[in-house]
Amino acid sequence: MISALWVMIGISMLLGAVLGFSAIKFKVEGNPLVEKIDAVLPQTQCGQCGFPGCKPYAEAIAKGEADINKCPPGGEEGIRKLAELLGVEYKPFGEGAGPKAKAVAFIDEQTCIGCTLCLQACPVDAIVGAAKQMHTIIVSECTGCELCVAPCPVDCISMQPLAENISNWKWRYPTIPLVQVAAR
Amino acid sequence: MTEYLLILVSTVLVNNIVMVKILGLCPFMGVSKKLEAAIGMGAATTFVLTLGSGASYLIEHYLLGPDLAYLTTLSFIVVIAGIVQFTEMAIKKTSPELYQVLGIYLPLITTNCAVLGIPLLNVQAKHDFMQSLLFGFGGSLGFTLVMVLFAGIRERMEGADVPGIFKGSAIAMVTAGLMSLSFMGFSGLVK
Amino acid sequence: MRQLFKFHGGVHPPTHKSESTRSPIAQAAIPSRLVIPLHQHVGNRAVPVVQVGERVLKGQIIGKPDGRLSSAVHASTSGTVSAIDMQLVAHHSGLPDLCVTIIPDGKNEWVAHGGVDYKQTPHTELRHILRLAGVVGLGGAVFPSDMKSYSNKHKIKTLVLNGAECEPYITCDDLLMRERASDILRGAEVLRELLYAEEVLIGIEDNKPEAIAAMRSAVEQDGHQHMEVIAVPTLYPGGGAKQLIRVLTGIEVAAGVRSTEKGVQCFNVATAYCVWRAITYGEPLLSRIVTVTGNVSNAQNFEVLLGTPVDELVAQAGSKSDTDRHIMGGPMMGVDLPSGAVGVTKATNCIIEASDALFPPPPPALPCIRCARCAEVCPADLQPQELYWFAKAKDFGKTQEYSLFDCIECGACAYVCPSQIPLVQYYRFAKSEIWQREQEQQAAEVARERHEFRLMRIEREKQEKAERLAQKEQAALAAKAAAAPGSATADPQANAEAALQARIEAAAARAKAQAAAEHPKNIDGLTQEQQAEIAEIEARRAKIREMAADAGADDEPPKHN
Repeated sequence: MISALWVMIGISMLLGAVLGFSAIKFKVEGNPLVEKIDAVLPQTQCGQCGFPGCKPYAEAIAKGEADINKCPPGGEEGIRKLAELLGVEYKPFGEGAGPKAKAVAFIDEQTCIGCTLCLQACPVDAIVGAAKQMHTIIVSECTGCELCVAPCPVDCISMQPLAENISNWKWRYPTIPLVQVAAR
Repeated sequence: MTEYLLILVSTVLVNNIVMVKILGLCPFMGVSKKLEAAIGMGAATTFVLTLGSGASYLIEHYLLGPDLAYLTTLSFIVVIAGIVQFTEMAIKKTSPELYQVLGIYLPLITTNCAVLGIPLLNVQAKHDFMQSLLFGFGGSLGFTLVMVLFAGIRERMEGADVPGIFKGSAIAMVTAGLMSLSFMGFSGLVK
Repeated sequence: MRQLFKFHGGVHPPTHKSESTRSPIAQAAIPSRLVIPLHQHVGNRAVPVVQVGERVLKGQIIGKPDGRLSSAVHASTSGTVSAIDMQLVAHHSGLPDLCVTIIPDGKNEWVAHGGVDYKQTPHTELRHILRLAGVVGLGGAVFPSDMKSYSNKHKIKTLVLNGAECEPYITCDDLLMRERASDILRGAEVLRELLYAEEVLIGIEDNKPEAIAAMRSAVEQDGHQHMEVIAVPTLYPGGGAKQLIRVLTGIEVAAGVRSTEKGVQCFNVATAYCVWRAITYGEPLLSRIVTVTGNVSNAQNFEVLLGTPVDELVAQAGSKSDTDRHIMGGPMMGVDLPSGAVGVTKATNCIIEASDALFPPPPPALPCIRCARCAEVCPADLQPQELYWFAKAKDFGKTQEYSLFDCIECGACAYVCPSQIPLVQYYRFAKSEIWQREQEQQAAEVARERHEFRLMRIEREKQEKAERLAQKEQAALAAKAAAAPGSATADPQANAEAALQARIEAAAARAKAQAAAEHPKNIDGLTQEQQAEIAEIEARRAKIREMAADAGADDEPPKHN
């Protein structure tokens, strides 16, 4: 009886010592997971997920506080990548929370009053302008996050969907039409 | 020498722990979706099983003896759990990608019935130290072999014309069953 | 005898070349209009430098190159620019692109032009001439030749001239070699000079005996040392650059490696011809040889002005009435044109008039039977069946592992597939998906950097503001103490308030002075019209001020009447 106890205690203490030693030797600093999740997110900084930017959303996912299907700009592809990275099941978008077509903002220059409110709202500084000067969107930097539309006091910002042109055209997935064949 | 070779051949092919003994199916089904994950899992299991077999033999013969034989299962599990924890920490430090990819299946090696089963089989068959080690190593080699084969098949099946209701786990189970049938063909290889 | 090598795979489709080699090259008539796309080359689209309504001369530059990898576009004949707008172009998508439309005046008047002696001209200038002459690869890849004839990183030992023309139906290079062999070789000599190459190997498929003979006699008679004409076995796609290099030199240009790294560069024979015309005569690339064949009564080769609408060209070859579509290129790699109104471009080597009788529609694809015939014929040593399965399953990581981007889209795999699977469509789909993802990834990186910079900028501004305010407080207190040493012991609260008041009054006085001093600087010496314009603008401003006053609070929308 006692020997059994001693044996078990002995084994446990030996293992404990080994594990304790290795816990110190193999210590991993920081949480590289957050960076990895952030690398998957599309960086539009739009806030549609409910967090103020992509990095906070990544941190929330890493902590397990947020679901992976909250990011419309990432699309279905983004959810699949997150699911694969974290080793969880793929979860589709909620009702009405799906991705929209890529659009860029457009300022109607006749109506713009140069108030700089949209300048301060843009998370990637894609609006050029100054107080009482004309504001304009840098199309190549605009991520379509729509954060500038609300602050404009004269409602001069609209979202223009990007049309398909010869440079961004993609080959379609080949489909083979099924043919009804008469039974013999 | 021939004896050791025989043990290896028999554990890898003839008495494959997954296909013939039907042990260790949890990681077999769970980690075989991607080839890299399967190889990583196989490597981790090999490390744990070989070390575990050796440590189990030492505990069984030098620590427990004939009186404390009832402590076999308990002590084996404790040792295996410790080794798996150590492996987990080592993998997290050396290869965070593999750690991420394996996910929950890495600590689940502890509850892998193959990892406990092989040391128990060693006790039952009264193997000596070298034989136990080889038995463990061979068993895990067979496990890795089957994992890699199955992962390759599953990757191919992603692009195959599988009927809708069979897609996913269903066709995987069917394939595993067929693989098991084919491995039965190895019986009688070693006379 | 030079030892030749073999490349893996290859197929033997029926060549159909004899239909269009019966007559010599004919000059295509000047069409009723020219639709010249500004993007006929790899790289950035050319920027238009003419206006609508402007009269242009033959050879005048109408689009200048934009950026390092780009080429120029010229007016193929004299006429008037009638439009610069989006027109249908020869592209798989059927989408339009920016084109310059010119109505020819029939005079074919040349712009002033002249050549240089390539032996006396520095290489940078020669390349500049090629760039401004719009010379690009005429084998179909349309890569700007000025960039391709430059190799500073690797020593080029062999210049390969590609006269193979392996695709069925196409015979434009064949006829060019028969009729203009001397000029081709002189162009090759210029390219050899630019690349410092030691030898020139001219590869021609052995189903073109007349072309081989013409080129060989030109080499002998013109005394081109370091050049050799080699007949290669007819095998599709032996005209692919990597395949031809393998056959002629035995060098295997591996996956992801450029041929220049192995000391070889490859140019098409027509490109060499254009290089000669551009350097020695100053003639930009205005026309090219196009084979018109298929469902026509007189299949032959034409020298066609770039921008000629395909409709007008095929009419000259007698296109039959049951033709339902035009194919630009060959039957293996060609593009189905969206309409007959598209213009001939630098990439147009052949127009095949297609009908249902000539090219019956393929039956629907059947499942893959894993026969691996496609892997047997792939000239790039790839595994087309694996690429097909992974592209079908949208597993793009795996497709790249199997070297998807080494596929030259020759179509040999689809040609032999017994299930008639359109394999190349799957590879093209996978490639464009991968490119789009890479672009999105890069855009996301840039957006992340901009966002982080913006956060840093806001922090920095806050800090600077705080520092500035602190300094001002210090200065003001110091000034106050210096100005009124007696009252320093008085109530500090009153002191602070008085200081604040003094600062406000000073700021107000400054603002008033500024407003008074400010007046528009250029109001002297205005003409009547300018004064009237200013009066109009002032009236509009007054009206807007009125409207703003009517509107009320800032958060109410202005009233429009």
